[in-house]
Amino acid sequence: MQPESAMTPGLDVTVLVSVGRHPLTGRVRRADQDARGVELARSLANAEVRLLHAGERNESSDAALRGYLGMGFSELALLEQPEGADVLPALAEALDATSPHLVITGERAERGEGSGLLPYLLAERLGWPLVSSLAAVESVENGVATLLQALPRGQRRRLSVRLPAIVTVDDAAPAPRQSAYGPARRGTLEASMGPVSNDEEWAKWQVQPARPRPKRLKIVKATSARDRFKAAAAKSDGGGGQVLTDVTPTQGAEAILTLLREENVLQ
Amino acid sequence: MSDLPRRDPRLEWIARNRLHPRHEEVLVALGQGAASEWPGPNGLVRKNPHRVGFIGPHGVKRIDRSGTQQGAMGGKASTPVADRKPLIEIAEPAFLVAVVPDMAGGRLSGHDKDLLGLARRLADADPAAQGAVVAVIFGPHKETRFGEAGIDRLLHLDSPEVTGYAPEARLGALVMAEQAWAPRHWLLPDSKLGGGELGRRLAARLDERPATGIWQLEADAEAATGWQCTARGAAGSLDIRRPLPRIALALAECAEPVSETRHTAAELALPQPLPSTLSRIQDLGQVSVDPASVALSEAEFILSAGNGVKDWQGFHHAAELLGATEGASRVAVDDGFMARDRQVGATGTWVTARVYVAVGISGAIQHLQGIQTCDKVVAINMDPGCDMIKRADLAVIGDSTQILEALVTLVTQAREEKRDAA
Ligand SMILES: Cc1cc2nc3c(=O)[nH]c(=O)nc-3n(C[C@H](O)[C@H](O)[C@H](O)COP(=O)(O)OP(=O)(O)OC[C@H]3O[C@@H](n4cnc5c(N)ncnc54)[C@H](O)[C@@H]3O)c2cc1C
Repeated sequence: MQPESAMTPGLDVTVLVSVGRHPLTGRVRRADQDARGVELARSLANAEVRLLHAGERNESSDAALRGYLGMGFSELALLEQPEGADVLPALAEALDATSPHLVITGERAERGEGSGLLPYLLAERLGWPLVSSLAAVESVENGVATLLQALPRGQRRRLSVRLPAIVTVDDAAPAPRQSAYGPARRGTLEASMGPVSNDEEWAKWQVQPARPRPKRLKIVKATSARDRFKAAAAKSDGGGGQVLTDVTPTQGAEAILTLLREENVLQ
Repeated sequence: MSDLPRRDPRLEWIARNRLHPRHEEVLVALGQGAASEWPGPNGLVRKNPHRVGFIGPHGVKRIDRSGTQQGAMGGKASTPVADRKPLIEIAEPAFLVAVVPDMAGGRLSGHDKDLLGLARRLADADPAAQGAVVAVIFGPHKETRFGEAGIDRLLHLDSPEVTGYAPEARLGALVMAEQAWAPRHWLLPDSKLGGGELGRRLAARLDERPATGIWQLEADAEAATGWQCTARGAAGSLDIRRPLPRIALALAECAEPVSETRHTAAELALPQPLPSTLSRIQDLGQVSVDPASVALSEAEFILSAGNGVKDWQGFHHAAELLGATEGASRVAVDDGFMARDRQVGATGTWVTARVYVAVGISGAIQHLQGIQTCDKVVAINMDPGCDMIKRADLAVIGDSTQILEALVTLVTQAREEKRDAA
């Protein structure tokens, strides 16, 4: 251990975990993004990590939750809820009681509505800042965390956030380690009852397995048959681009550089 | 001289009279050239079949029956297509539909345009009480065609607080817009960052339950808002049909983009200046990542090499200096100059770059397929007739080695000047 990290008081981290669903077989499993969140928490130096789940309890969900225990935990706190309940009040109360420094959640659940709203609602309710699509935690000092946020196209952005905060992780976070069978069996699920609030709207909606979305047709809005034919038979779009012939290499390079600058791709 | 068209009845009469000795001359003078069709003296349309068509590039007579050729001979300046679309002004909207486009790269993305199409469907559903589409955009932009995308009112916020990653300040601005105008609908793109995040924050703040992942919308008189939507749930494995709530986050291709009308895109301003809030999240700027480590399919800026690259050392150097991810055509890969995972095209990777620079690539269809979704394509090639030039937005004809060298020199110069200035 390095001396500095030993000096700083331990970081209290809670990871919210849920029961996932395999995209092909539909079997329950540990949710992928949540497992990434657990992995991220494990990689933090000097952190005390707790796992928290709220939901219905049955045999298959227990098996899925034990998958998280197999990542090196001896216990998981479980707030029992009836089927189809809104887990927000229970989670908010539990987090209020334990008041961790950092809460890590997945971006979206793999079952149920999966709207990805829960972290935002929790943040609003607790009054904490929220950072989405986290890739790494760089450092935590004096109650301020420096984070790396994953942007589209493999880019990263550095942010600093005042703790306590909620962060969500998506597929850009480090891949989770495998779940070990022994620790998964030995770990305990500490069940308790939380406040229950029913989700009445969900019950009214019509839910069915996803249909494939229709492919968008290339609709050509032209007045004459000839234009429509030309559009349908066109080789590729474009055309009308600028072509520079008979220029010196420097002039050509200048034109390219101007375009690159306009598009903001040069660092 | 005024540009009012003046009519000369005598000349028109001669133009109608095919047998008049000055007929041909007058036709040319009136700008009708050798007209093949004209109204005769008794109102009958007269045709001269010998005059139909034009002589093609190989000396063969070609007949174009679309009528464009004839129109072009008319000599009148044709108005550009954009202006011909009817302009729709909604002075007194019955309600407002607020849209917050992502504006990735400072322009309306395809997703944004689809969303605006959806907003127009909501706004124009009842012709008697038409709504107006308000777009809220943050930070500097490069877009010039807001009206053609279907925007009636534009709220452009450009203060330093809301530029960069400032979700809390942007949320504050949206809440002010909500208080000022109370739009009937809020539509945001359900994209990774930007709309997806801001929409959820807005919903949490306004305490509304939003619909996320919407991909279909149907009118339904029984629903509270008059619409029923279908949304994806549970990681894309469920379809949820529910009444459309006030705040909706829609997927790409949720509706057809606006294509037939123009709108005013009039500037709008918030009634009060933005409150200065203390942000708990601070943006420390983008981190430079090694472009070589970015997956080709994700890369934003690709410098791609083909058979026309002769100086490979120079190519790698240019890619490194420009901060571009390297790509290659199949020939460059087969010849062993580039790794297999760098191949772009039908049998390689389908790239999504915003800027794609093709160096010495001829543009075979297998290659062009792979760059279909690229925004700006730049071609450097010796052959001005090749297919890549037709696809490119900017093409420079010349030797790839020299042009890359010149580019490297220019960039190095610019960087040194900047360093000296700093
Ligand atoms: C089944 C199948 C699948 C294929 N899949 C792919 C694929 O996925 N991706 C792919 O890329 N190809 C693919 N191909 C190959 C494709 O058809 C072409 O052969 C290939 O893309 C051509 O590569 P190129 O443009 O680099 O080479 P060329 O066609 O040889 O073009 C070289 C270009 O460089 C120019 N040039 C030459 N010297 C210079 C110079 N000094 N400076 C500037 N310009 C110069 C020339 O004018 C020419 O335009 C596939 C082919 C088949 C049959």
